[in-house]
Amino acid sequence: MPAPIRLRELIRTIRTARTQAEEREMIQKECAAIRSSFREEDNTYRCRNVAKLLYMHMLGYPAHFGQLECLKLIASQKFTDKRIGYLGAMLLLDERQDVHLLMTNCIKNDLNHSTQYVQGVALCTLGCMGSAEMCRDLAGEVEKLLKTSNSYLRKKAALCAVHVIRKVPELMEMFLPATKNLLNEKNHGVLHTSVVLLTEMCERSPDMLAHFRKLVPQLVRILKNLIMSGYSPEHDVSGISDPFLQVRILRLLRILGKGDDDSSEAMNDILAQVATNTETSKNVGNAILYETVLTIMDIKSESGLRVLAINILGRFLLNNDKNIRYVALTSLLKTVQTDHNAVQRHRSTIVDCLKDLDVSIKRRAMELSFALVNGNNVRGMMKELLHFLDMCDPEFKADCASGIFLAAEKYAPSKRWHIDTIMKVLTTAGSYVRDDSVPNLIQLITNSVEMHSYTVQRLYKAVLDDISQQPLVQVASWCMGEYGDLLVSGQCEEEEPIHVTEDEVLDVLEGVLVSNLSSPITRGYALTAIMKLSTRFSSVNRIKRVVSIYGSSIDVELQQRAVEYNALFKKYDHMRSALLERMPIMEKTTTNGPTEILHTNGEAEPSVRDSKHPPNIPQPSSQANDLLDLLGGNDVVPVIQTELPTKPASSGGELLDLLGDLSLSGRMDVKCICFSPFLAIPPMTAYNKNGLKIDFTFERSNSNPNVSVITIHASNLTEVDMADFVFQAAVPKTFQLQLLSPSSNVVPGLNKGTVTQVIKVLNPQKQQLRMRIKLTYTHKGSSVQDLAEVNNFPTQSWQ
Amino acid sequence: MKMRFLLLFSRQGKLRLQKWFTPLVERERKKVVRDMTLMVLGRPPRSCNFLHWKDLKVVYKRYASLYFCCGLDDKDNELLALEVLHRYVELLDKYFGNVCELDIIFNFEKAYFILDEFLMGGEVQETSKVTVAKSIEASDMLQETMEEYMSKPAF
Repeated sequence: MPAPIRLRELIRTIRTARTQAEEREMIQKECAAIRSSFREEDNTYRCRNVAKLLYMHMLGYPAHFGQLECLKLIASQKFTDKRIGYLGAMLLLDERQDVHLLMTNCIKNDLNHSTQYVQGVALCTLGCMGSAEMCRDLAGEVEKLLKTSNSYLRKKAALCAVHVIRKVPELMEMFLPATKNLLNEKNHGVLHTSVVLLTEMCERSPDMLAHFRKLVPQLVRILKNLIMSGYSPEHDVSGISDPFLQVRILRLLRILGKGDDDSSEAMNDILAQVATNTETSKNVGNAILYETVLTIMDIKSESGLRVLAINILGRFLLNNDKNIRYVALTSLLKTVQTDHNAVQRHRSTIVDCLKDLDVSIKRRAMELSFALVNGNNVRGMMKELLHFLDMCDPEFKADCASGIFLAAEKYAPSKRWHIDTIMKVLTTAGSYVRDDSVPNLIQLITNSVEMHSYTVQRLYKAVLDDISQQPLVQVASWCMGEYGDLLVSGQCEEEEPIHVTEDEVLDVLEGVLVSNLSSPITRGYALTAIMKLSTRFSSVNRIKRVVSIYGSSIDVELQQRAVEYNALFKKYDHMRSALLERMPIMEKTTTNGPTEILHTNGEAEPSVRDSKHPPNIPQPSSQANDLLDLLGGNDVVPVIQTELPTKPASSGGELLDLLGDLSLSGRMDVKCICFSPFLAIPPMTAYNKNGLKIDFTFERSNSNPNVSVITIHASNLTEVDMADFVFQAAVPKTFQLQLLSPSSNVVPGLNKGTVTQVIKVLNPQKQQLRMRIKLTYTHKGSSVQDLAEVNNFPTQSWQ
Repeated sequence: MKMRFLLLFSRQGKLRLQKWFTPLVERERKKVVRDMTLMVLGRPPRSCNFLHWKDLKVVYKRYASLYFCCGLDDKDNELLALEVLHRYVELLDKYFGNVCELDIIFNFEKAYFILDEFLMGGEVQETSKVTVAKSIEASDMLQETMEEYMSKPAF
């Protein structure tokens, strides 16, 4: 049997393979040879074969059949065998396989070997891959070696102990006695590994931490010697003496000084010294400075030292080396919460980093910039951030846009600035804006009442240029639908008003509808907007045409909307203006979920719900229901408060359900409002149609100035009585309303009598009172229903 | 500074050395190697040497045709990690004399042995270049003695 091919020979051969297939063939052949060699229990060449196997394993081929062979090598007396055997074990075995436990005895023997290099390689293997069981078995041996005077073994034993503690934390106590003199060593290797061991113990146990605090002076001394000592060729790195040890000591000091005044005090001087004396021209010096800064920020350092630390980071930001700039930005991000003012001083440098070419740096700079925005610098910062949004890679745009919206909301100096900023974001990064920003923006715009004409004008102009960015188009469509009348009337205080005709606006919206660039959601917005304009514009016929075309649209959503809007034109035209009127101010919600109704008097919802009539809605009402829901659609629905009728009427139930369903949570309230007269407010006619006239008279409650009491007087000028008369009312969300029982439900004809009913309105925000009323009655044998808006309340009634 | 792993790979993505300091099964190791290779080789030139991957910091540096890549804990000092990688390269250079990728290909076991004298369990075990070199020399001597005795090369 010829000697197996040598390792280097094999490597050379495999590298000549020109294809993957060729390589695979060679390897398979060799593996077969190795397997038979293993089977023959060949001691002489086992080492060579395992070495070859390890090479093939690195190329990605399976080598599990060599695992036991590694164990045999470890058990051999030859150092060569052991070396390769342990290497093989570290590469091929892992603690999840039971096989590795077979190593334990060998390692134990080798830990007690006469040759230190054998002991060393055993310690190394244990320290790299020892499982918890192995560590438990061999901890005693490691502890013994930790106390040896042989520095070669002592340093390895220290790191092995670190591994044991990481695997089996309960064994930590065992190593405590051996740590007593560790720091007295002169040997840097032992010193370094000892500091690592002490760090591990302090990180894991508060008791150990307290125990080792007494080492602070000694650590400070060692560090001082390192800095002050002259050139030591053995440990020098670019003029700095043993930077690895310096950094580890700084790290241990950080842990010991955290939260402890005395220790922090004891290290103040040395930290200042390191911070000022370390050479910063090379990476190694900066590595030490970085660790120093981290330590200063973590312990209870005096303020002068903290400022020094932040200034070091500031200097890092100006460094040519990208790595150092990156590290500075990361550290500043961590400290910006605690030392905000100090970091602010470096704001301009941080903002410059937004222009850096490196992606990681840009991201950090962006995060840090957002953290630094405050009321004072918001204008300047936003300018920079908007510029960044424009220039940055797509991967940043979504986060940047969200960040800008948040910052703008918190710190906007004026509403106009806020709207302008939003506009800029929508136009520069419109397609990257998150989906949930669209409703938020719409709400913001609605609530900035005085900016409506300005906003819609700007949005109109933006959409004229570009309809590809969906969030922009959605917001613009919504605004044009809502405020199209302002746009066309040409009134704008903030800016030069532009001349826009109704047709031009409809052109734009229709353009959005037909464009391939528009998403289905955007189309929905556009269609609804066009519909809304039917009450604001005079060119209703054009709108009717558009709506009827989409009644046969392939898109089911559009089709449904169009069909229902059509129905609104045809059968429910009397409701149209009420349904499509201007949106009231929306309450801010934290999430985009259903808006909630406030409870009063601790009334439980379920009981209120139960007393509601089960809906027996006839067809027409349900269609109207859908319409109202549709108006809700993607938009935030203004919740209209309803009241529970004290005198249940079956037809009344439907309306309440109708309006009740409008509020997405479908709950209702009962409010109690006190009653008392106040100074005279002129009465008004709320409704006058088809012979039915309803007047309102007003009173103010004595106990609660926010409550108005309205009495309705319904009179009938026709010849025939109006029977089953039911009056219902709904108010915007910011109000609360209660309807008391009517005097009767027959309104006698020829004005022979009136039906009166009391409404109590709570208006804590002193907003303009508006009301929607629904009337149902039987007249001349047929049932009549009507909805109306009451907008002409005298100001005194709600102020 | 607890290193989780250290990988050396060529610009074509061929693995030249893999040292694992945490227990991972073969499948997981392969995944890490794949991810690291893709990420590091995909970096634009003149980027900084630090990356984020899952919850780890990844520090890498290119020396000639080899990428040295290590995974660190999130709290570790990246700048020092660069120094550690550099020190390892210096040790290899001292040992092989103007080390190049071929040295590491043909003498991968030596590269491991040197690494095992410099790092253990992800921590630096010896900060003196001279001491590491001496240990390797002595170990090699021990090995050669055996080979002489056997009068045939071990591998």
